[in-house]
Amino acid sequence: MIVAGCDIGSLTTKLVLFDGKKVIASSIIKSKPKPEDGAYEALEQACAIATVNQTDIVYCVGTGYGRKRVPFAQDNVSEISCHTKGAFYLYPNVRTIIDIGGQDCKVISLNDRGEVDRFVTNDKCAAGTGRFLEVMAKVLKVELQELSNMAKKGNDAITLASACTVWAQADVIKYLNEGMPKENIALGVCKSMAKRVGVLVNQARIKRDVCITGGVAKNTAVVKELESLLGVTILKITNVDPQLTGALGAALFAYQKAGGV
Amino acid sequence: MIVAGCDIGSTTAKAVILDDTNIIAKVILPVEGSPKDAAENLLAAVEKTTGIHSSSIEAWCGTGYGQKNIPFATIVESEIVCHAKGIQFIDPAVRTIVDIGGQDAKVCRIDAYGNVQRYVYNDKCASGTGRFLEITADVLEVPITELSTLDAKGVKDVTLSNQCVVFAETEVISLLNAGEDMGNIVKGLHKALASRVAALALSIGVEEKIAFTGGVAHNAGMVGALERVLKTKLVVHEYCQIMGALGAALLARERVQNRVAS
Repeated sequence: MIVAGCDIGSLTTKLVLFDGKKVIASSIIKSKPKPEDGAYEALEQACAIATVNQTDIVYCVGTGYGRKRVPFAQDNVSEISCHTKGAFYLYPNVRTIIDIGGQDCKVISLNDRGEVDRFVTNDKCAAGTGRFLEVMAKVLKVELQELSNMAKKGNDAITLASACTVWAQADVIKYLNEGMPKENIALGVCKSMAKRVGVLVNQARIKRDVCITGGVAKNTAVVKELESLLGVTILKITNVDPQLTGALGAALFAYQKAGGV
Repeated sequence: MIVAGCDIGSTTAKAVILDDTNIIAKVILPVEGSPKDAAENLLAAVEKTTGIHSSSIEAWCGTGYGQKNIPFATIVESEIVCHAKGIQFIDPAVRTIVDIGGQDAKVCRIDAYGNVQRYVYNDKCASGTGRFLEITADVLEVPITELSTLDAKGVKDVTLSNQCVVFAETEVISLLNAGEDMGNIVKGLHKALASRVAALALSIGVEEKIAFTGGVAHNAGMVGALERVLKTKLVVHEYCQIMGALGAALLARERVQNRVAS
């Protein structure tokens, strides 16, 4: 039995195909102005990779910001539940999930049964979300994926006076004009990002093990800063792309809803 | 006697020159370069536009974001104190000052003598400061001075779901793409900023009369939005943008007068 989970985020659309044992294919594409178009494109890509027909998919669950706009989904489940489901499936010991998306940041605390105990979220302020890094990468004229490597080469991080993306952007421009090495600026940016996320994590009260999901989990410089700030080791999801955790959770819900166990 | 006050803000530098009784000149310059450069440019502009040589100015009081970098300042005083002093000179009945600058917003309660009783300010988050309008005006591709005209053309205010400048920027783009009227968007932006600043004001309570100062007070659309949110008429003086510099100049004059008296 093949099921699907489709996570329509503000910036990317993710799809996972699951056969009850493993992820057989996945796709991550840029979200489209019409979420439905993005969902179809993600579906086509994943089906092509797995060489399955779209009609072979018995059940699909939508999640994320556009969860109600997945045309081929029979049901939808909240992002919080799907991230929890996905992360708990990958790491049954996980009790705190830090999910940093393109436009928000969520910290979820779970109990021993993998149920959501408590969660805190920031979607009001761009600081501490993927958008902050995106804006900074643009100012530094590097690809978002490059920011992490650049930061790791830094040895003397700059200090950003304010967490606010707008003020930080002005600070970064000032440092660039002063001739500060970009690596030190990138390191300062990652530190500021971690600090902001750390505030949210502390509000949720941290329990071990801690894992990080969402696109920003791929920025290892931010993760490293967050580890030293929180004084914990953060589990890195390696068997699937951390950005796919929500879609995986949705696929797991789909499997249950379709009668699988 | 000639004295002067100088307010080096984040976006503009202001100077006010006083004699024994009157305001004899005012100068406003955009800030380019460091606060020190801005102060020096301002001094040069004062000499050029007023014909008053700097050596005949007996005392300078500096204030504002760049107050520590004014080489010719005889004394330095905080923005809050200077604003309070300035507004009391203009309209002694004012008890609350709402000041929106380029990079901050301040609300200050004053007593009948112009003494500061309570104040609160935001400089941590760009939304709720003049920068919010600067950035969104950029997205709309209109000069910031046009916002007021556009506001007047709007028939309803669009509710923005985002407060963060970065997110609001994206929202404005989507609204434009969806064909929303520019005037309505601007009205919505003014309302959003007004609500944010009003929340700051209400955190310490407001007492009438309320004066609206800072460069943003020149924007009539913003004045209207703030009046609607605070449900009262605001005092907006033509010198709203130079209130800090005026207050500084008044303090400089007091200093010289006290020196002469003693």
